[in-house]
Amino acid sequence: MNKTYLNKFHRANKGHLVDFAGWEMPINYGSQINEHNLVRADVGIFDVSHMAVFDLYGSKQTEFLEYLIPNDVNKILDSKRALYSPLLNENGGILDDLIVYHLGENNFRIISNCGTREQNFAWFKKIASEFDVQIDFKSDASIIALQGPNAIKNLSSLYNVDLEKFHLYQDDEVMIARTGYTGELGVEIISSAGKGLKIWEHFISKDIQPIGLAARDTLRLEAGFNLYGSDMTIENNPYDSNLSWTIDQSNEARDFIGKKALEHLQESENCLVGFYTDERGVLRSGTKVSFEGGEGIITSGTWSPTFKKNIGFCRITKNFPETGVSTLRDKEINLHFCETNFLKYLK
Amino acid sequence: MAEVPSNLKFLESHEWARLEEDGTVTVGISDHAQELLGDIVFVELPDIGKEVTQSGDTAIVESVKAASDVYSPLTGEITEINEALIDNPEIINTSPYESGWFFKIKPQDISEMDKLLDAQAYESSSES
Repeated sequence: MNKTYLNKFHRANKGHLVDFAGWEMPINYGSQINEHNLVRADVGIFDVSHMAVFDLYGSKQTEFLEYLIPNDVNKILDSKRALYSPLLNENGGILDDLIVYHLGENNFRIISNCGTREQNFAWFKKIASEFDVQIDFKSDASIIALQGPNAIKNLSSLYNVDLEKFHLYQDDEVMIARTGYTGELGVEIISSAGKGLKIWEHFISKDIQPIGLAARDTLRLEAGFNLYGSDMTIENNPYDSNLSWTIDQSNEARDFIGKKALEHLQESENCLVGFYTDERGVLRSGTKVSFEGGEGIITSGTWSPTFKKNIGFCRITKNFPETGVSTLRDKEINLHFCETNFLKYLK
Repeated sequence: MAEVPSNLKFLESHEWARLEEDGTVTVGISDHAQELLGDIVFVELPDIGKEVTQSGDTAIVESVKAASDVYSPLTGEITEINEALIDNPEIINTSPYESGWFFKIKPQDISEMDKLLDAQAYESSSES
């Protein structure tokens, strides 16, 4: 199994290690609810070095990215910052989702999910061969996420940088970006493994709690962020995955992979929405939901530590009413449909 | 390392049974089970008076991660349930062998206790 450079730390610090897409990663360090609550109330630190970092080289990086993804990289050319986008195939199917970081003139980095790294590397190389672009897969990269309302305050003990959302700072060795997967203030710190270990140990010495993947999942769900492989797969497209906002057609002349297919997919009969219920029990992924005039399936479902109720996402037919029903252990459960960002919607 | 008290009997599916002085048997889930489940958020307990059978599904425990059936170690009648778990299921995580008990049974045939695993046998079965 693959291991990050922090595997020994996780083992020595009560990390319950599990197989996550071929990586041995900490699911929690004792209590996922306590970890979740710490990130909402204070700060926590995550090892997400299993995710894949690709650095681009060559003279035509902007052109390559304009074609590679449906979101338009021209949005971030004026400063050092990040852009979220799905990665589509020619049919408009979602291959993955990723963040593109603009580090400077003709200097970009891509971070994608871990389970799709081989697919993406092959895909990037294939597309790049049509441009003057080379792809360097950084197999020894460290990605540390520092997240929570006190993240920036804690970061200042190492780096005194004041960043706007989605903006980034970079020196020779370290990139710090105001990005994350929790819905909280926070940064992701990308460096070599050697430098990463020093950064990790520094924050651990300041008594910052390491956070496992289980809390990462409940945090991202509350914040309304999709998880690739659960809420969207190659069978889905941006329109049925709550990602139509990532398709930037403002420059009509720009061609990008999947553009033609998206014209037809716009009329997709499904959409991805949030649901919650105040009833007891936890509806989980794969469970059917129904309502007058339509139906669908839950793609992610969990118990929300912040709102103390069952929340999740479901893919359902459009024109849905306010409420629907599902079944849990032979009992009918009433649920409410809502926006996916529960932090905004349920607060 | 999960705690396994030597005075209890176990099912391989992680339930424990303790014979009380009044002849009833108290049932819960092991420390190892609560560790596997992680933070527990709901329980569904049987009705008092319900007849249950040895190894029959009797209660449900649900954590953030997953829902699991809880099996009865013995055949008999439910005489008491731990209502504190309904509002505070996390007690199971903090005290699986004491405050976190699930239900009590009036056993039909106490010799069924002999079919259960002792602490040592349970410990080796749960390690494998």
